[in-house]
Amino acid sequence: MRLFVPLFMTFICGMIIILQFFVPHRPFSTLGERLTDWYMIVASAAIFLGAVNLLQVHSARIRFRQKNWQYSPVVIGGFLVMMAAGFGWGVADGKPFDWMFQTMVVPMGATMFSLLAFFVASAAFRAFRSSNWRATLLLVSAFIVMLGRVPIGDVIWRLIPGAAASSHPNLVNEIAEWIMQVPNMAGQRAVMIGASLGVVATSLRMIFGIERSYLGGSD
Amino acid sequence: MGRLLERLDKVDRRVIYILMAASVIVPLALKLDFPIPIGSGPSMDLYMAIDTLPPGSTVIISFDYDPSTKAELQPMAVALTRHLFGHGVRVIGMAMWPQGASLGQQAMAQAADSLGAEQYEDWVNLGYTVGAGVSLLRMGSSIEAVYPQDRDGVPYDSIPLMRNVRRLGDVDLAISLSAGDPGIHSWVMMAKDTYGVPVGGGCTAVSAPEFYTYLGTGQLVGLLGGLRGAADYETILRERIPGAPGGLATPGMAAQSISHLVIMGFIVIGNVAFIAGRSKRKGGAK
Repeated sequence: MRLFVPLFMTFICGMIIILQFFVPHRPFSTLGERLTDWYMIVASAAIFLGAVNLLQVHSARIRFRQKNWQYSPVVIGGFLVMMAAGFGWGVADGKPFDWMFQTMVVPMGATMFSLLAFFVASAAFRAFRSSNWRATLLLVSAFIVMLGRVPIGDVIWRLIPGAAASSHPNLVNEIAEWIMQVPNMAGQRAVMIGASLGVVATSLRMIFGIERSYLGGSD
Repeated sequence: MGRLLERLDKVDRRVIYILMAASVIVPLALKLDFPIPIGSGPSMDLYMAIDTLPPGSTVIISFDYDPSTKAELQPMAVALTRHLFGHGVRVIGMAMWPQGASLGQQAMAQAADSLGAEQYEDWVNLGYTVGAGVSLLRMGSSIEAVYPQDRDGVPYDSIPLMRNVRRLGDVDLAISLSAGDPGIHSWVMMAKDTYGVPVGGGCTAVSAPEFYTYLGTGQLVGLLGGLRGAADYETILRERIPGAPGGLATPGMAAQSISHLVIMGFIVIGNVAFIAGRSKRKGGAK
């Protein structure tokens, strides 16, 4: 029974959601709407679970003095202060929550992502080597796209005598756009179709009870 | 020469970091400016999709990003909302990322203040919703079911702008500014493919290549890719709309240009050293 009930529920819910796309009339449309409402309620509840989990994990880290435990009080403190500000004064413009978001969360988040530029530069220097013809092809394409995606690419191109007056004064940009719209699109489309077929296959396996790993067991 | 190349190949990463920082800071400090060529392309396509909307139309902008990608996506949000308000289009803001609602509020309020757009009449921020694509699926039959009130707690039925907008099919265009998932994929699958709502997008430069497939099939009416996409849009606005102010992305293009050159320079140095080392090893083997 412990296995049958979740598998049966998955089958019924999965079939209703699929059928509402093919039969957009009652009862499937209303049943599908009801299920999507439930999904949003469950997903909202998951946020609270996440918050409790955050507190549990970091409390344990402090209690057992695990590696880098010194950061955990900052996490818990930040979480509690933001939560108190949100519940106490709301999230409208100019309120404490908004002020902390705009002056602390936003700059810190942007800073973390900006650090990527340094790591990308260092990694590109050490790893982007033309070790064979495929790597060289990738390297040349990357150079063209990197130049074509910034205005200096065409500024350099126009330094070549006659280039500015030619019929292609923005040639680097045009070639970069061609790479994006033809070879890139072909490759991306293949990846996307493959991934979509995988999603369809996995979903059907779950609906029909063949794939059961989401239940927490090994099979 | 061989020794020099060897030393260059083993250059300390701190040198790379310093040069990268300088390549960003110096162009911004000197206010370097490079002309941005605007031709036909995904940025122009999005501009035309908005510009051909009749005044009074309704557009949803979904702010599906967080502060980490603000540098790339917020300039798009500001430029798009300015264009929409200036064109007399009403804007419904929402977010599938929790922090996107605040960033969207900032962009819309900034543009609305300067162009005299009224909250609840010309624009509204519905806030964050969980559920990603499932929420969009539900919005196809009832937006109110997902958003019974807006971000500030105003009931749906009390918002004049929402009176004639009951479901996703009632909007004329949806734009997702997306830093990942949920984002453009969900909007294309639900809004465009299920309910036939035209969808435009804006995304980080690193994720732009995957969305070109949607441009090819017409599932996206236009796309702004990264800071360059935002700068393109700002340039189009300046060229087409007299008095349009400069944006946040255009000054960043000089910094991005120089930093790209620095990265390319390092890649060239690394490869010259690599090829020289390989020749040396082959010579040694003989």
